[in-house]
Amino acid sequence: MKEKNIIYDGSFEGFLSAVFYVFEHKFDVVNIQNNTSVQNGLFTQNETIPTETIKANRVWKGLTSKLSASACNTIYYAFLSEKLGAEQILLDYIKYAFSNTRKIDKDFSHPSVLKTSQIAKMVGREKHRMEAFVRFRLTKDAIYFASIEPDFNVLPLLIKHFKNRYADQKWIIYDIKRHYGLYYDLNTVDTINIEFPTHFDFTKTDDNYFSDQEFEFQKLWQDYFKSTNIESRKNMKLHIRHVPKRYWKYLSEKQPN
Amino acid sequence: MSFQRIQEKLKILADAAKYDVSCSSSGSNRSNTNKGLGDATGMGICHSYTEDGRCVSLLKILLTNYCIFDCAYCVTRKSNDIKRAAFKVQEVVDLTINFYRRNYIEGLFLSSGIFKSADYTMERLVAVAKKLRLEENFNGYIHLKSIPGASDELMREAGLYADRLSVNIEIPTRAGLKKLAPDKNREDFLKPMKKVKQEIIQYKAEKKIIKSTPKYAPAGQSTQMIIGASGENDFQIMQTSNYFYKSFNLKRVYYSGYVPISYDERLPQIGSAVPMLRENRLYQTDWLMRFYGFDVSEILNQQHQNLDLDIDPKLSWALRNLHEFPVDVNTADKRMLARIPGLGMRSVHKILNARRFRRLNWDHLKKIGIALNRAQYFLVCDSNQFERRDLTAEKIKGLILQNSKSKYTKTLSNQLSLFG
Repeated sequence: MKEKNIIYDGSFEGFLSAVFYVFEHKFDVVNIQNNTSVQNGLFTQNETIPTETIKANRVWKGLTSKLSASACNTIYYAFLSEKLGAEQILLDYIKYAFSNTRKIDKDFSHPSVLKTSQIAKMVGREKHRMEAFVRFRLTKDAIYFASIEPDFNVLPLLIKHFKNRYADQKWIIYDIKRHYGLYYDLNTVDTINIEFPTHFDFTKTDDNYFSDQEFEFQKLWQDYFKSTNIESRKNMKLHIRHVPKRYWKYLSEKQPN
Repeated sequence: MSFQRIQEKLKILADAAKYDVSCSSSGSNRSNTNKGLGDATGMGICHSYTEDGRCVSLLKILLTNYCIFDCAYCVTRKSNDIKRAAFKVQEVVDLTINFYRRNYIEGLFLSSGIFKSADYTMERLVAVAKKLRLEENFNGYIHLKSIPGASDELMREAGLYADRLSVNIEIPTRAGLKKLAPDKNREDFLKPMKKVKQEIIQYKAEKKIIKSTPKYAPAGQSTQMIIGASGENDFQIMQTSNYFYKSFNLKRVYYSGYVPISYDERLPQIGSAVPMLRENRLYQTDWLMRFYGFDVSEILNQQHQNLDLDIDPKLSWALRNLHEFPVDVNTADKRMLARIPGLGMRSVHKILNARRFRRLNWDHLKKIGIALNRAQYFLVCDSNQFERRDLTAEKIKGLILQNSKSKYTKTLSNQLSLFG
């Protein structure tokens, strides 16, 4: 039998539609792939499937009845990892869930359950890091702006946290890597795309765009960061483990003066 | 506000506050109301880490470093020749709000040197918190220091605006305190702590009847002890710690390795190493007490007054109690699983869940993520491979050390060569 390659549009709904398709046709040897990272095998047969909300919802409903709410969350988190092969692990997990009468989400001795929980953990950690490492800078038009490049696609997971916290200020969190952002206008959070000027340097605070007092508070924060350190306990290894270097360029306290 | 003045003050007063190790911002339940600023419902967030690897979660500053006391271990003691400064209430409020809006911090940790009197100082700390809550509608985290000797009325008010209150007992024993801070006595430290404890109990009781009872210090109380300044052994330190957890329902006791800041003869001299490894072992013991179901006397007692530096306290306990092992991971209860060296509570939880589906073998355990290097001598699982030799505690310890590389290797060898 030829191996089947099912290609979906990269959205979570698209993925669930693909899962529906697999169950519908009872495919055994099958690959689910994102349309941006298709890999052709010698003996594989590609098939692009459309995203269908109704079918996606049916799969999701099935999952919520088979698994606990937190397990469904775990599936969504793991999906957002965008890791190569994550779809395969999730499909395996979902098959295992549907083929069992009891809840299997705590079966950490099953490979796909354990793996899914581990990937979800990584995504959760990245979400938490972004909640910590987002640095807003006040623009001239009174919006608090932050740019990030998270390892995983965690923006959708950040909405609630930032909306609850910064309810009285306008803010934007922009994912430079994935070219979209969140914008809160004091009422709702929307997904936005921004055309930035060419050669726009996200790590610089340019006085054409940012408010005058922004520079003062960045300086105060940098000073504070230095003053609160205890030199005789210096431990750079621990420091870097907590704040990996790839995040430094967007942290105001790690900028050279 | 004048930028340069603030900049100068912030440098001095942040520097003076850094020896307070608490930076926790978790455990509160203050949610954002009326579209205000901030939310302190979730878990704590460390927004950054200093180069010494400590979490930066709160804007941690002193209101002033003027002080009428002369405690030998303290950098702001009266007799120390340093620059002094004092913030105005409004300046602290502005800094907090503007740092918070930029997502630098979870909130404010405000402490102070004691100027004029305990009440005078406490009143100003309360004023800052009150202004943040009532005028700025700020719902972020506020940690206030309880000033030893402050009146009950002020402590009552402080708890209405703060999420956490803490008073540092600093020196673990009465004798040590007498030696290093002759003009302070332990009762002054205990007084505000007792008041806050009573208020929290009362709040919890009233809350059950009247749901709108105003919150009182929802993140509880904590304290801190300095380690290695006044000659106490680990047994004394952990006994004091246990006493505070039990008698005052503290959320946390912090252990702060003494950083030499003075040429006072009563203290370790400037240049001597900060006892970071010892501090780490004390925290491990603290965790074993709070989360792993150990009683402090199992780990430290008259026979074992100091923790081993080369191995962790749980392994050390296991080696003294080999008759309790091996434990069968497929049948043992949670209490015993938590006692196996190399298993954290997360692994214990995973094992308890996973073994309902099938009997676990070495491969499962490895994938779950337990530290087999230590655990292998203390457990049996679904496998006919297990430690069959009748090894002595000494031998097991040797094997474990041989097959692991402690991040403290360098520290350990330095400490050994001191006596070598």
